[in-house]
Amino acid sequence: MMRETLVNVFLFLLLPVTALAAFALDEPFIITLATKAAILALAGVGLNIALGLGGLVSFGHAAFFGLGGYAMGILAAHAQSYTPIMESPFLIEGTKSMPIIWLVAIVVSALAALLIGALSLRTSGVYFIMVTLAFGQMLFYFSISWPAYGGEDGLSIYVRNGFPGLNTLNPLTFFAIAFAVLALVLLFAGRLARAPFGLALSAARQNAERVESVGLAPFRLRLVAFVISGAVTGLAGALFADLNRFVSPTMFSWQTSGEIMIFVILGGVGRLFGPVAGAALFILLEHVLGGLSEFWHIYLGFLLLMVVLFARGGMIGLIAGREVAHD
Amino acid sequence: MSFILLVEQVLNGVQSGVMLFLMAAGLTLIFGVMGLINLAHGSLYMVGAFAAAAVAAATGSFLLALVAALAAAALAGCLIEMTVIRRLYDRDHLDQVLATFAMILIFSEGTRFFFGSFPLFLDIPAALAGPVTLPGGIQYPLYRLVIIGVGLAIAAGLFLLIARTRIGIQIRAGEADREMIAALGVDIAKLYTLVFALGAALAGLAGALVGAIQSVQVGMGEPVLILAFVVIVIGGIGSIKGALIGALLVGLTDTLGSVLLPLFFANFMEASAATSVGSSLASMSIYILMAGVLLFKPTGLFGEA
Amino acid sequence: MTEQMTDVLLDVRNLHKSFGALKATDDVSITLRPGEIHALIGPNGAGKSTLIKQIAGGLRSDSGSVHFAGQDVTPLSTVQRARAGLGRTFQISSLAMEYTVLQNAVLGALGQSGRVMRFFAPVMRQAALRAEAMRALELVGLADHAAKRTSDLSHGQRRQLEVAVALTLRPKVFLMDEPMAGLGASGSREMTGFLDGLRAEAPILLVEHDMDAVFALADRISVLVYGRIIASGTAAEIKADPQVRVAYLGEEDAA
Repeated sequence: MMRETLVNVFLFLLLPVTALAAFALDEPFIITLATKAAILALAGVGLNIALGLGGLVSFGHAAFFGLGGYAMGILAAHAQSYTPIMESPFLIEGTKSMPIIWLVAIVVSALAALLIGALSLRTSGVYFIMVTLAFGQMLFYFSISWPAYGGEDGLSIYVRNGFPGLNTLNPLTFFAIAFAVLALVLLFAGRLARAPFGLALSAARQNAERVESVGLAPFRLRLVAFVISGAVTGLAGALFADLNRFVSPTMFSWQTSGEIMIFVILGGVGRLFGPVAGAALFILLEHVLGGLSEFWHIYLGFLLLMVVLFARGGMIGLIAGREVAHD
Repeated sequence: MSFILLVEQVLNGVQSGVMLFLMAAGLTLIFGVMGLINLAHGSLYMVGAFAAAAVAAATGSFLLALVAALAAAALAGCLIEMTVIRRLYDRDHLDQVLATFAMILIFSEGTRFFFGSFPLFLDIPAALAGPVTLPGGIQYPLYRLVIIGVGLAIAAGLFLLIARTRIGIQIRAGEADREMIAALGVDIAKLYTLVFALGAALAGLAGALVGAIQSVQVGMGEPVLILAFVVIVIGGIGSIKGALIGALLVGLTDTLGSVLLPLFFANFMEASAATSVGSSLASMSIYILMAGVLLFKPTGLFGEA
Repeated sequence: MTEQMTDVLLDVRNLHKSFGALKATDDVSITLRPGEIHALIGPNGAGKSTLIKQIAGGLRSDSGSVHFAGQDVTPLSTVQRARAGLGRTFQISSLAMEYTVLQNAVLGALGQSGRVMRFFAPVMRQAALRAEAMRALELVGLADHAAKRTSDLSHGQRRQLEVAVALTLRPKVFLMDEPMAGLGASGSREMTGFLDGLRAEAPILLVEHDMDAVFALADRISVLVYGRIIASGTAAEIKADPQVRVAYLGEEDAA
């Protein structure tokens, strides 16, 4: 079996095993950490579709993370206060049902990605990076100054949202939900990479001229990738806000965009399970190192620097070696 | 909206603009000559401010504080250029973004480690405190006028440097064709370190000058960094002229927007709604401006395709 | 002598392109008939790459038009012209370097099929695309190397792969920019033999510097100097043309 497959299996089992062990040892906090890792990994998987597969350095993915979070926050806030979001021309009420919230989060993020992508993808290189950053900033400042949903203080949701048939207040149950979503998305992302779309998108990353010369349009490929990528990250945002029962403008910040990138890079950009490895490592560092020193970001910084300078393939690259060209 | 208030806000916009220019000029030089995206520029701004605050507190001299800011930032710049940055010139943009982002983490937490989380204070020197009466009877803080003056003087100095000196020629040649100037025998390593240190010094100076008006604290550099990137994207990467015009545009848009937009909305909304809508739009306005410019000129006003 | 317009697969008519005061393309007309290899030669700086870009789609001409098999492709982009039937190879091999040889060929077949917005089924297992890709690889002689990473190929093999990808497009017309570039003597001979057989697939507009290949392959030769076609005809006619001799050899007559 290829080494990368072994690593992937390990990473896939890591979170559920951790959660189950924590459950057995009656450490609900660790279950929550595993859940957080799964959700952040999901955000990273979303970014990886644009970044790893498509080569699009988006420094504004927090825009989608935040939109997903606020989709949840707004729907749940209106549900918990029993006031409709809109009365005319249609009646739109809030909801605390996860499947509906997820659907809204995905649709809103996809639409935003369509708009942002259509504008940003007309630029390239450093301009693209800056434009995506700018859109993230726009949403950040907007959410701070719009008073209706908490502004700078953010919005609290008193009770976790519901999933039909399940007790979502139970940490292990919520972990299972988050992990199931992650597993499904990983399956989808894996298939996407091997599908015609993935072949063409990755080719466009390597050589756009070649893709054009076979009659495929890089812009269209990248836009679709950006939309899918934004939708997945938006879904992660909704789950994240649900985990914390809190959504705030920080979800839109450029630091958040940077962190999502860090998960992807630490694990290995372009590797399917890279974000899982990266998110798990990040959570580990945050809680282990963070417990030892309040300045743990310095260590994160050095680690990131070392990975970028010397371990281009991230953790998975170090362990599993150079990516084997498949088929 | 009185005329006096308008003039005051315009001057504030110009002042904010010239400080942004100091940041943007360094960024655009570094990108133009070395092809490097440097997110750590905000950290160098912060280093300058902290150095100034520390030296001012120790010696009581603002002038020494400014010198310290220049020196500390330039030194920090040289240090990171020689250890980390020079490994990034041949890398792709993603690697540069991540590595310099890592440096933000290191600088910010490092500063917090040494100086703590509470802001430091840097006082405007007594000689420059207080208002000045401008033609027309308008009162305006002397210090801010001095900042405008310093900023414009540096702009002029940079233009002269680029246009008239040997270093300037090397810089312009380096922007045009990196490989060629190496082939022509220019010491690339030294040139790059010099350009980086120059950019760092400008950032540090800006940090110190602005630190006296706002506060000196960890993380002060990042909002300015992002604005500076917006400036060079609007102005066109690699163009100092673009950096100046872009900086003034952004400074004015930001300052005037946050004052004028709420007033504008007050015409058809009640006061508190007008303020919130107005301020939201104002803070987004710079990014809307940038998006607008890029739609018509994808490489900025004065950039090359 | 008028050409049978229905017969002409590539019809470039009266292209003009200026950059400021510099006239890079001056009233250039070229045609390509089925089964033909039409070589375009000229000294450096003659404007060959500018002309290629106007035919392939990356550069808009000031005036004139380009037609593939009767269809006016002048307003179309590079991508659209590829879909309209142009199989182009680049002077510097332009391939997806991380991919295997087979993946690059499948990419071409995928482009030809146009069904790229498919997100679930693994592309490398699609029999039709694989078959198309393998056919092209067999024709160029790379079938045994299908699993090799493109970055591990030799220069000559990359030139072969370049042609294979163009083949998967089942183009109406080939536009080949210096396919011999960088090939040694034996590599050039092999490529020459190969291109000779390739004309049965589709006619070739061959831009080349390698005169041995040009004289061996070309049914017609057009000579581009300072943006103008100064002569056009068979190999024998071109060799004898005094203007061509001046352009290539200067005022001195090389015996």
